[in-house]
Amino acid sequence: MRAVPSGVRVYWRILVAGFRRQSAYLLAAFGGLVANTTFGLLKVAILFATVRAAGGELEGYDVALMSTYIWVSQGLLGSVNLFGRIDIADRIKDGDVAVDFLRPLDVQAAAITTEVGKSLFNLIPRGIPSVLIGGLVVGMALPDNPVAYLLGAASIVLGIAISAATVYLVVAAPGFWLVETRGLQILYMVVSGFLAGLFVPIWIFPRWLEIVAQATPFPSMMMYPVDIISGRVDSGQGLLLIAVQVGWLVGVGALGQVLTRAGRRHLEVQGG
Amino acid sequence: MAEPLTLRARLRPYRAVLASRARSQRAYRASFGLDLASSALVGVIELAEIWVLFHSVTELGGLDFAQILLVFGLADLCFSLADMTFGHCDNLPTYLRAGTLDVFYLRPQPLLLQLVTSDISLRRLARAGVGAVALAFGLALNDIAWSPAHVLLLAVAIVSGYVMFAGMFVWAGGAQFFLVDGAETTNAFVYGGRYAATQPASVWNRPLWAVFGFFFPMAFTGFLPALWLLGIAPPYGLPDWLGWCAPLAAAWTWLLALISWRWGVRHYQGGGG
Amino acid sequence: MTTTDAGPIIETNGLTREFRIREGARRRTLVAVDDLTLRIEPGEAVGYIGANGAGKSTTIKMLTGILVPSRGEVTTCGLRPVQDRRRLARQVGVVFGQRSQLWWDLPVRESFRILAAIHDLSATAERDRTDELVERLEMGEFLATPVRQLSLGQRMRAEMAAALLHSPRLVILDEPTIGLDVLSKQRLREFLVAERRTHGTTLLLTTHDMGDVERLCDRILVIDRGRLAYDGDLPGLSRTVGAERVLVVDLAEAVADLTGITGTRHLASEGHGLRQRLAFDAETTTAARVLAAVSERAEVLDLTVEEPDIEDVVRRIYAARR
Repeated sequence: MRAVPSGVRVYWRILVAGFRRQSAYLLAAFGGLVANTTFGLLKVAILFATVRAAGGELEGYDVALMSTYIWVSQGLLGSVNLFGRIDIADRIKDGDVAVDFLRPLDVQAAAITTEVGKSLFNLIPRGIPSVLIGGLVVGMALPDNPVAYLLGAASIVLGIAISAATVYLVVAAPGFWLVETRGLQILYMVVSGFLAGLFVPIWIFPRWLEIVAQATPFPSMMMYPVDIISGRVDSGQGLLLIAVQVGWLVGVGALGQVLTRAGRRHLEVQGG
Repeated sequence: MAEPLTLRARLRPYRAVLASRARSQRAYRASFGLDLASSALVGVIELAEIWVLFHSVTELGGLDFAQILLVFGLADLCFSLADMTFGHCDNLPTYLRAGTLDVFYLRPQPLLLQLVTSDISLRRLARAGVGAVALAFGLALNDIAWSPAHVLLLAVAIVSGYVMFAGMFVWAGGAQFFLVDGAETTNAFVYGGRYAATQPASVWNRPLWAVFGFFFPMAFTGFLPALWLLGIAPPYGLPDWLGWCAPLAAAWTWLLALISWRWGVRHYQGGGG
Repeated sequence: MTTTDAGPIIETNGLTREFRIREGARRRTLVAVDDLTLRIEPGEAVGYIGANGAGKSTTIKMLTGILVPSRGEVTTCGLRPVQDRRRLARQVGVVFGQRSQLWWDLPVRESFRILAAIHDLSATAERDRTDELVERLEMGEFLATPVRQLSLGQRMRAEMAAALLHSPRLVILDEPTIGLDVLSKQRLREFLVAERRTHGTTLLLTTHDMGDVERLCDRILVIDRGRLAYDGDLPGLSRTVGAERVLVVDLAEAVADLTGITGTRHLASEGHGLRQRLAFDAETTTAARVLAAVSERAEVLDLTVEEPDIEDVVRRIYAARR
């Protein structure tokens, strides 16, 4: 009778704890905002020039829509994990995670929930100000349809969760077997930003590269949420993108769960 | 000092540390190979970020892709070399927490020299390799009216660019003494500076020119020397010979760097650290 | 070297260090070291003790040039620590129990080679000194081991050697034996005694371990809230604060509390009197005399003598001053 509600409540608490913990790093968040804005202005310079050189319109982007893309993606940078760092990675690598397995919680779900909580907090000091600064200084296009904002909000949360689940899968979980996962983290950092559409929208890529990107979970982390909330796609297409995101979240999450179970057995065989 | 030391003797401590750092990185061949590969990938993807734009347009800020290769090659080669030799200045907050800096105080060498020579990231050679290849293509694909002056400018630009980026790392290190959790703030200018340096700076507006053109003179690492080599006039009516001022820009960067370092150390010794 | 050899090795005059700290919106000034005046001669071995936060580390940082004093003067080895930091570094060796001077991923031997280069030792000096330290600190078995794989005891021996490789005149040790087992502590203390005997090295050490003070130091400085609270020898310290030793006896049968034994104070009984604790003052009686008195009342199976705890000594000094 208690099982389901208390299960949900536990993860809700973990989410809130992650959110609160992050609030201790306000000064760091301010530094992040400075960085976001500086990079944002450089992106404005080069991408606006690209749109203008293409005759004012490029793959559906005009200057105003490009501005929305730039500032929303900069705003999400503090929340969508494109760096590949996750707290649980060290615990898995060092074997300390054996203790976590004794708790009545799913190790993978708890780790991802904590990260999502931290990321949601970062939207306040980094995400929203980035968009405001961009909007005020450079100006941007906004969708008229209120549904876009609702879908966009859902898509952002999904994107954050997919990034956390993917980092867990490709950087943290291999630590059950590997001694050193720093190389994986760097590799993730290098590839994810590019394919998530952090520097250039993936729709501007050559067709083959666009297809490569879409075959990975990375566009679901940033490109799709930005597309939805900037109104680049209509509600119907938005729902489709959200369905794709849900698909990636389920896939990445399930794989992570399989690795976690295998890793647990590996730990038990080794005697922790 | 009472006894005058020969140069060789003066360099002995730094050589000893660096040689051992280099040895220990190459000790694990498999992992070093992987490090080299991912470092090269960083360079390739950074180039791809610019290349994808030229998939849609033929010219950005008045430069075509071959010309941009020259800008990118110069800036990225210099940045990668500086990152290899000075990049660990970024770790200053970790050094402060671990007390490594206090240990430096107990050794008879200048602090900054100790910090700089305390490590070297050989894996970043791979990324410098990508920059060098881009530069080679940039030089080969463009119609450059080669003269001794062009060769000289190229050499001056590479040396100055390296010195400028090195100065940026030191500037950031000094600022870390003050800024608690401030790494991201300085990253905005160090790594943002690298990003800026590989762009055609003709697309910048005036505020960006103020920050990355002159205060942190990133335009002098690749863009302005490349323009001179190509015989193209700089934007905003800036004079043609500005590409030759890279050494001045490097000196200015180091002035900023040393002021920042000096203030940082004062702050630390004053007990704020 | 002639100018720096003469005179005291450490001299401070009104040395003061304040920190401005922020508590929420308010700022207040914390005096970490307050008007410290002291003089340490070459060859002395001085224990510098006090509670956590009493100002020990701040003093050491000012002596070595890491921190600039707020007021007052300090000379170490005849040099001004901040201005002459690099010259001073050649004459001082510091062992921090908590921070390493070795290279984590390198074998111990390699760390020594780099340090020899840093201090510009000649090939002969490097070889002789390394051999001497390796022998005295019994490091032969782990010279080729990377530092990160050493046990704590081995690592502290290597740290000690690293700080002493350039044969400094003054060695400052900050909690050198913290966390070590009895045998490792013993080994380090014997090494320091021998080092002092052969080279006349001056020692200044902070510690929480009474054993360190008893076996290594002939002079003790106690610091309390940044101020010098005691300067003298160990028996004098015990006299000042009346530090008592405690005799713990395990008895064959339960007896009534062992009160009324001359020169002792009954502290506690456990197990209905099977184990009893008696405090006695080393100035007025001896452990043997107390034991004899106890034996008259009950059969003693086992006994231990507890030395006065350094924290306890410091607490008593502090209590007396307040």
